[in-house]
Amino acid sequence: MKLHLKVWRQNGPHEEGKLVPYQVEANPHMSFLEMMDVLNEQLIKAGEDPVEFDHDCREGICGSCNMVINGVPHGPLKGTATCQLHMRHYKDGDTVVVEPWRAEAFPVIRDLVVDRAAFDRIIAAGGYVSVDTGSAPDANAIPIEKNKAEMAFDYATCIGCGACVAACPNASASLFTASKIAHLSLLPQGNAERKTRVLRMVEQMEKEGFGDCSNHGACEAACPKEIPIDAIAIMRREYVKAALS
Amino acid sequence: MSDTILNAHIPDGPLEGKWQNYLDTCKLVNPNNKRKHTILVVGTGLAGASAAASLAELGYNVKAFCIQDSARRAHSIAAQGGINAAKNYHDDGDSVWRLFYDTVKGGDYRAREANVYRLAQISNNIIDQCVAQGVPFAREYGGLLSNRSFGGAQVSRTFYARGQTGQQLLLGAYQALEKMVDAGKVEMLPRQEMLDLVVVDGKARGIITRNLVTGEYERHVGDAVLLCTGGYGNVFYLSTNAKNSNVTAAWRCYKRGAFFANPCYTQIHPTCIPVSGDYQSKLTLMSESLRNDGRVWVPKSGDDKRPPAQIPEADRDYYLERKYPSFGNLVPRDVASRNAKSVVDEGRGVGETGVAVYLDFADAINRLGKDTIEARYGNLFDMYMRITGENPYEVPMRIYPAVHYTMGGLWVDYNLMSTVPGLFVLGEANFSDHGANRLGASALMQGLSDGYFVISHTLGNYIANNSFPEVNESNEAFAAVENDASSRINKLLAIKGEKTVLEFHRELGKIMWDKVGMSRNKEGLQSAIQEIQKLRSEFWQNLRVPGEPNSYNKNLEFAGRVADFLELGELMAIDALKREESCGGHFREEYQTEEGEALRNDDEFSYVAAWAHSGDDSSPNLHKEPLEFDRVKLTQRSYK
Repeated sequence: MKLHLKVWRQNGPHEEGKLVPYQVEANPHMSFLEMMDVLNEQLIKAGEDPVEFDHDCREGICGSCNMVINGVPHGPLKGTATCQLHMRHYKDGDTVVVEPWRAEAFPVIRDLVVDRAAFDRIIAAGGYVSVDTGSAPDANAIPIEKNKAEMAFDYATCIGCGACVAACPNASASLFTASKIAHLSLLPQGNAERKTRVLRMVEQMEKEGFGDCSNHGACEAACPKEIPIDAIAIMRREYVKAALS
Repeated sequence: MSDTILNAHIPDGPLEGKWQNYLDTCKLVNPNNKRKHTILVVGTGLAGASAAASLAELGYNVKAFCIQDSARRAHSIAAQGGINAAKNYHDDGDSVWRLFYDTVKGGDYRAREANVYRLAQISNNIIDQCVAQGVPFAREYGGLLSNRSFGGAQVSRTFYARGQTGQQLLLGAYQALEKMVDAGKVEMLPRQEMLDLVVVDGKARGIITRNLVTGEYERHVGDAVLLCTGGYGNVFYLSTNAKNSNVTAAWRCYKRGAFFANPCYTQIHPTCIPVSGDYQSKLTLMSESLRNDGRVWVPKSGDDKRPPAQIPEADRDYYLERKYPSFGNLVPRDVASRNAKSVVDEGRGVGETGVAVYLDFADAINRLGKDTIEARYGNLFDMYMRITGENPYEVPMRIYPAVHYTMGGLWVDYNLMSTVPGLFVLGEANFSDHGANRLGASALMQGLSDGYFVISHTLGNYIANNSFPEVNESNEAFAAVENDASSRINKLLAIKGEKTVLEFHRELGKIMWDKVGMSRNKEGLQSAIQEIQKLRSEFWQNLRVPGEPNSYNKNLEFAGRVADFLELGELMAIDALKREESCGGHFREEYQTEEGEALRNDDEFSYVAAWAHSGDDSSPNLHKEPLEFDRVKLTQRSYK
């Protein structure tokens, strides 16, 4: 199949970018990133610079890949990261627009590569349980209700890709931040630090320049791990409880 | 056959007490002095992140480096199945001894006894630590931890977090790391690639990195360097490794004097999604936990091209169950992989390409119901569906072996220190614990054992026993090594040939897979060595790398890594050629039993092959560390 691509090209954070048209021959079994590989080989052979994009595991778990495809973070398939999107979902002659995540807190490094270091700083502001190596009690000393553990797990599956931010009209990082808060506050291990955790993480999120949440729900729809927006409700509850106590 | 250079420094005393003996007698660093030492940790997967966090908690200053944009993306994240520990929570007969014994046997008696025993002992602490961090392991209704049997074990000792165990463990370690970033004890430097090691007065004292955003070279000084940079499976081009996984940091250390041990030991994982075309960029593993409920089969006749549902039981060959009645579909990885290859070589492979076997869940779904299967493997089934467009609840999965893990790596002693003093190697990057074949759910265990529980003690011992004269970035050794690194990069850009990095990598991968892959023979290995040499010389004459050195340039990064793979591939073939026996993942066609199983030669090859670099134009030198088994009796592995 022949595809008409329009790909965002930008040389550096302070340079102007633009959509550049390319044509590429794809095969339905290819992944979206393999199609981008084909384009890049074509560009290199033609003496041009390839399109830079982040990718690593190509199994939908590392959270590196981040393309806005025809306006949708990670493209049209629900619960699917860009690397797991296959070309069988496109047909000959389709036009496909590929852009980076767009958010003030995620500056473009080059082409489709953005800087997501803000996410690390949000985790560093309390997204952990403080337990020094070697100080833990026996693992079965802390029984945890199975359904509670499962619920915590649903929030723990966040891959930190940033699609929630890219999808949000306010570029809010609420779903990302809330997922970690929800994961740890549902577990007894996270209890001791739950107040400081939520206060600090929310503060850091705001400091990084992410917008507020206005319950739009676009984050949930774009999340490749389908993390429910309920996480944000949990975060708010935790925040209020912590702020008032 | 003992080697005067290699000393594994195994502590005295009986096997069960060696580690405790070490802990009781190793030197300690005064808490107030720890902050005077800077430790460089390269790589932030399970081994690196856990080491960086633990050392920072103890008070050392840590600088941690990774090539990804965040420490959380390291390839450990992709591990699916689980992590072993000898907790014996189910009273099904497990013990530290059994986990040790299974690991030594599974490694086909090519691992170091003392290291493996320590690993089994530490396994229990790892689970405690991770649970305390909030890692959401699977639980029973009573609230206690759940276990499953996994990859060739006859006890249920595998702890798991759905099919995302690696992800959850890595996030636990990453969060511990970020906690220490927050505390100001770890400086985290993402998007930095280690390009070389700086040795001053015989000790590892620093590294040269390239900032992958700006292309600038950076000099980092420390009192020790911890290499936690993973395995080298991507030498095969197609593997289950993440695209950025590479051997460069380890290879640079090899060239600075660290010995490379058992490079030919690679693990081919039996349950991966088969290759579908030339454009394919990587392979996807389906956790072998699937073999707990899936049955592997091919048609009895190679002419049988009916769709699987129309092939009656009588015309199917459940070859693993037939050949290995007591282990069945749960035989170790190397055995399962070789058997898949042999039925495909017989012409009985399935699917469009004929290079696959079925993994069938129909029986399990009938017996347990679709819901149970979905709860156990839902995310894996979804992933399979996404990639292949087929529904494994209705038609059997097609699977085929793929390169997955490398047991070989830089040689280390019991302290995890390489032959370069002050250079420690942790996790998959070292060679030490898995022998010639790694058992399922043992990689996560080893990475975290090394990082959380071993290095803190052995590094302390090294620091306490050595003095560290002041060294800074302007030391001439740093300037010289930085110059080497930048010249290499400039050389790659200056070739301006016709072929791309991808084309060279793919060609190298094909040589490796065909001749240094699942089964090997003398003639094939000899020709592989020549072909690799030829390809390498073409690479340096005809490579085209686009772009500039001083900007974000992924193609340039990959070019440097493929250049190193082109050297490593040859060493792997040399090692495989020299090892005239079959053991674990190393199968030499000339050495097999009548039943076609790996045939070891313990008299001549019960050693670790540690290769020393001797210059770019001369052959590497082999040093042997004899493997002495005090407690385990060497037997022919049998899973019948």
